[in-house]
Amino acid sequence: MSRHPQADDLAQFKATYFAECAELLAAAEGHLADLEADRAEPDTLNAVFRAVHSIKGGAGAFGFTDLVRYSHQLEALLDALRDGRIAVSRDIVATLIRGLDCLNDLVAATREDAACDLPRLEGLLADFARLAAAPAPAIAAAQPSGAIAERALQTWTIRFAPGPELLKSANEPLLLIRALKRLGRLDVDVDLSRLPPLAELDPETCFMAWTFRLETDAPESDIRDVFEFVVDDCTLTVTPAKVRQAAAVADAPTEAVRRTPSEAASTIRVDTDKIDRLVNLVGELVITQAMLIEQGSFIPVEQFPALVQGLEDLSQHARELQESVMAIRAQPVKSVFMRMPRIVRDLGATLGKDVRLVMTGEMTEIDKTVIEQLADPLTHMIRNAVDHGIEAPAEREAAGKPREGTIHLSADQRGGRIVIEIADDGRGLDKDAIRAKAIERGLVDETLSLSDEEIYGLVFRPGFSTAKVVSEVSGRGVGMDVVRRNIQSLGGRIIVDSTKGSGSRFTLALPLTLAVLDGMVVSVGSETYVIPLTSIMESLRPARADIHRLVGRGDLLAIRGEYIPLLYTHRCFGVGGADSDPCTGIVVIVETETAGRMGLVVDELIGQQQVVIKSLETNFGPVDGVSGATILGNGRVALIIDVTRLAPLAETSSSTDRRGRTTAPSRHVN
Amino acid sequence: MEPAHDVHAMQDPLALRQRGGVEGTLQFITFTLDEAEYGVDIMSVREIKGWAATTTIPNAPAHVRGVINLRGVIVPIIDLRARFGMGTTSATATHVVIIVHSEGRTVGLLVDAVSDIITVTPDAIRQVPEMGLPADDHFLDGLVAFDERMVTIVALTQLVAIAPDTTRSALKPSSSAAFDAAAPQA
Repeated sequence: MSRHPQADDLAQFKATYFAECAELLAAAEGHLADLEADRAEPDTLNAVFRAVHSIKGGAGAFGFTDLVRYSHQLEALLDALRDGRIAVSRDIVATLIRGLDCLNDLVAATREDAACDLPRLEGLLADFARLAAAPAPAIAAAQPSGAIAERALQTWTIRFAPGPELLKSANEPLLLIRALKRLGRLDVDVDLSRLPPLAELDPETCFMAWTFRLETDAPESDIRDVFEFVVDDCTLTVTPAKVRQAAAVADAPTEAVRRTPSEAASTIRVDTDKIDRLVNLVGELVITQAMLIEQGSFIPVEQFPALVQGLEDLSQHARELQESVMAIRAQPVKSVFMRMPRIVRDLGATLGKDVRLVMTGEMTEIDKTVIEQLADPLTHMIRNAVDHGIEAPAEREAAGKPREGTIHLSADQRGGRIVIEIADDGRGLDKDAIRAKAIERGLVDETLSLSDEEIYGLVFRPGFSTAKVVSEVSGRGVGMDVVRRNIQSLGGRIIVDSTKGSGSRFTLALPLTLAVLDGMVVSVGSETYVIPLTSIMESLRPARADIHRLVGRGDLLAIRGEYIPLLYTHRCFGVGGADSDPCTGIVVIVETETAGRMGLVVDELIGQQQVVIKSLETNFGPVDGVSGATILGNGRVALIIDVTRLAPLAETSSSTDRRGRTTAPSRHVN
Repeated sequence: MEPAHDVHAMQDPLALRQRGGVEGTLQFITFTLDEAEYGVDIMSVREIKGWAATTTIPNAPAHVRGVINLRGVIVPIIDLRARFGMGTTSATATHVVIIVHSEGRTVGLLVDAVSDIITVTPDAIRQVPEMGLPADDHFLDGLVAFDERMVTIVALTQLVAIAPDTTRSALKPSSSAAFDAAAPQA
């Protein structure tokens, strides 16, 4: 491939074109969803038409013939719909949705320079042609039914296909077009499908055909007059479209409506690099400001009242600045949710299930980096819901449920977290089957009794699946453990709830942002650590009587009828000088994804604060039991504890204890 | 005098020579560990600080003293003496940390003291002679004779690649047991 500067330019334009296609297709999909849900506005069909029209235009410029051909037909169908020549029906909407899906795939195939699915393409083209030809009464659902204004502007669709000889009789189509333009507002659309390659082109033959949409108050005879001299050399059809209510006035608001949705809140495109830099700088500011506050606590207020006040104000401003900057990176989850309806549709069709996806809270905002990583886990869980959750229609009917299954996907902000729920009204999780499978796999001892939570937690183990038949779609059991790991790496959790026969609900709780954490600062010996607040259930100083030693395992804390294992932080991390007696220190009870609840033994709680997360991996590498680092107000580095990964460390450290490593001896009294 | 090209040396002094640049000279910041003098390429040095307390990284190799906050970036500090298998540094305020940047990472090297900057021509750099020890000395790039001093040029590439499970020290002296999987020192 030659590095021709022109080829590079072309590549850049193509890239821009495909990016715009993606946006147009996404928007169009949203509009069709509105149409399907009877939420259509007068301009909805128009918007979809314009999207397809734009895609077609660009495709023509780059010479993507298949794309042009396909989008042209889809556009024609949309045109007929928006003019009211064809009635909108559920069948038509379904076809449009399938048509848009295919367009999506076709654009992708064109972009990748891959082959497109021609049979599917032709099939849909045939459908479009069939629907477009249907002489249905001109009552368009999307059009507001209104009075026919007298002397109103009328829209005409004019098909003008010159015969090959038209040019030879000294007729110039351009002049005809100009004449049409003088009659009113004209939209011109050229059909180049008969245009041969340049080498075979006969310049005296006309290979082009046109479709005009003319808005005029002139009578039909005036229109036909334009073509008076060529009427024998061409094919001409002039058909009126439904009179549009207040057509002249409709122009202005249509223009306005066209502008506003896409440029609603006057947006600006910014490189993510710039945003990241800004976020980092604000993070630094917050750290410096925290340091100033700490130093400021030594300043006698009476002598420097303005200074102390200024520091407080600075604190306030820094906090607000940080929140604003974090909000910049926040985007609506809609961009991820948008792909789900199609997945449900396709999968439902493949599996022969009737499934409906209801989405709420799509405008809930979440950090951009989190959104990007959400796509895979969400897709997997939705597919699971359709595949395993929702039963076949017959089975549902037998169970007294409606034939159509419903999956509810929602996003909501609760407290400091984003909560995403995937709930289905399917068959629910079978606890006994799960437990049996786990025993069979040797994951669980059969004498052990497990709580519901623990049983549901088993589905997250690698390779676990109770699907009797491993389908192509899912059931290979490689999904849920990856899903959970993905969510955990984002600092989130998954909670499972289910009722057999009624359905399941998977709840994802995610942090609002990845860069900042609410933490509890604790001291262990000479070191300071931060425990993420979201993991902390409670903290206490236990009574001697509540500590029990379990032979071969370790120490347990009795609390409200439960026994929680104690984890000595100083042993996990090899810290000297720590208080190893939980009764004189503090036990912080944390919730982990895998190991249930644990009590971390620390020396004391220093305080709660919001910390900026710094990477350890950039210059060092991953550390077991530590998820990152932060800089405290005193400028010192504190490590952020990863409670889930801490438990295994305790095991290794307690075993090396037996090998006689130098750690503080425990002074437990049973 | 033609220096012998040992094609098995992991760091070819030829590479150093090729970096000679327009003036054809190289500059090194020299530092001391015990009585020996070492040099590090000045182009990799970001700054020189005094020793300050670090935050310990749990279960890290013995030569990783911990991390510090360098204007908002978390930087690990490597005890070079320990890395070379010569014991552990009892760091005090008079010790020096050389902050270097190599292979996209920033790390700090804990040394006894910094001497000065020397300028040498590439052909003054000699191979590190094989002295019957296993060729583990990939931390050393070459030797330079400078004013009757021998300066050992340190190769940063291997030093900054800290994998958490490299618990073995770089150069194995005969009694390496003391340094094997050493318990983290407070």
